[in-house]
Amino acid sequence: MPIVEIKNVSFGYDPARPVLRDINLAIAPGAVVGIMGQSGCGKTTLLRIIMGAYLPSRGEAHVLGRATSSLDTAALYEMRRRMGMLFQFGALFTDMSVYENVAFPLREHCRLPGSLEHDLVMLKLQAVGLRGAAHLMPTELSGGMARRVALARSIALDPQLILYDEPFTGLDPISFGVIVRLIRSLNDLLGATSIIVTHDVQEALDVVDYVYFMAGGRVIAEGRPDDIRSSPEPFVNQFVNGRPDGPVPFHYTAPAYAADLELA
Amino acid sequence: MEFAGFRSRLERLGGTVTSQVWRIGYASRFLAYLVLHSGTALRRFRLTVAQVYFAGVLSLVIILVSGLFVGMVLALQGYETLQRFGASESLGVLVALSLVRELGPVVAGLLFASRAGSAITAEIGLMKATEQISAMEMMAVDPIARVVAPRFWGGVISMPLLAALFSAAGIFGGYLVGVQLIGVDAGAFWSQMQAAVDVRNDILNGVIKSLVFGIAVTWISVFEGYDAIPTAEGVSRATTRTVVTSSLAILALDFVLTALMFTGGNH
Repeated sequence: MPIVEIKNVSFGYDPARPVLRDINLAIAPGAVVGIMGQSGCGKTTLLRIIMGAYLPSRGEAHVLGRATSSLDTAALYEMRRRMGMLFQFGALFTDMSVYENVAFPLREHCRLPGSLEHDLVMLKLQAVGLRGAAHLMPTELSGGMARRVALARSIALDPQLILYDEPFTGLDPISFGVIVRLIRSLNDLLGATSIIVTHDVQEALDVVDYVYFMAGGRVIAEGRPDDIRSSPEPFVNQFVNGRPDGPVPFHYTAPAYAADLELA
Repeated sequence: MEFAGFRSRLERLGGTVTSQVWRIGYASRFLAYLVLHSGTALRRFRLTVAQVYFAGVLSLVIILVSGLFVGMVLALQGYETLQRFGASESLGVLVALSLVRELGPVVAGLLFASRAGSAITAEIGLMKATEQISAMEMMAVDPIARVVAPRFWGGVISMPLLAALFSAAGIFGGYLVGVQLIGVDAGAFWSQMQAAVDVRNDILNGVIKSLVFGIAVTWISVFEGYDAIPTAEGVSRATTRTVVTSSLAILALDFVLTALMFTGGNH
């Protein structure tokens, strides 16, 4: 049974302008799945549907075995305890140290003796290679380190489902490689399922098992990474190969160039 | 044409009034939710105590220094007037009553709004802008219970204490200028003050005022922060709104409370 199943979901902030149109996807347990597409194609909105922040206008979203529309606040929070989320820039609590950030979900949800809490936090920090940074404040971390601390925090409660919102944005090549490797290894070690929303296609294709490709609020292609790389769909082809012109034109719609320069 | 212009102005006015009333309703629902979800802030009281430190203890310097100077000015001005009527021994009464009844709660409230209120709004607004609030929700932690409620109660607890310290510093400032500098008799200064200041009518009413101002300022601060548009500009606007709205609220509430407390021939 899929761990996330989206059935015929449509959604719009404004009913007249749907952001998602008739989306279908099913994510099997244990997989690392990429949701890719251009900025503004609706992929972050889809992520918010999965985390239950928005309810579909039409269709149903089943996450961890429950339809999100059937959940009250308590049940929604119960579901979220089984999920981890890595925000684009980490979203670390700036008034807490690295240690306290990772301990935060444990302190809020579990009553653990101090020594056990310490061991769990160190275990998670060791997994992302930052045990030695436990005493630092978020302002003292580089972008890549902050993202790794946030990752340690998001797996603090051993989630079944981990969501990543643009995890690669603004990282140097080393941090980038570290995050890519961590996403894969944590997923496999925890026996979790991961969903990565990203537009860094080339890099993400190396780490995911399956890809949904979105454009204009629809899924226009799906398949294994190799299928996407060799997709005949012109938009996917332009996107994967980073061609400046194609179905997404290089030029923003404008009157004829000659007319603008008063040559004709 | 004339009528169309009038009509559109009327519609704009109506729109503004409706949206303001809606906003007050929204802020009231926010307060009700906040109070109902204060369990965490009260159970894990350390969270609230930390906010008493940020809102209260860190405001101490500005409160004490301002109080001292306000008291010193009061003594100078008061002595000037009182001595014309040969009543300069009543200087202590004048200073103490002015501070305890009015200036303590009001000026401390205004300083609290600009020092602590603006900080609360900016902090919550920036937490929202940097997705810390969303992250908390994703970790199944209610940000109103965990972030907003401790700040609210921290502010409500701090404000009466700050107002009391403001008045105390002010009375000390009055003493310095009145007794030490001008030479009013110390015994008369203190004994007249003791005899004239009533615990219930003056001090308790002052405490009630400062408590009401504390609730108003902190409510406005946390609401503006939580409701801020999560951008640099949005947070800056929200911070400005906090200081402006809080200051107006303090002055308006002060009038209402004074009218309720000190009419009917208490003094």
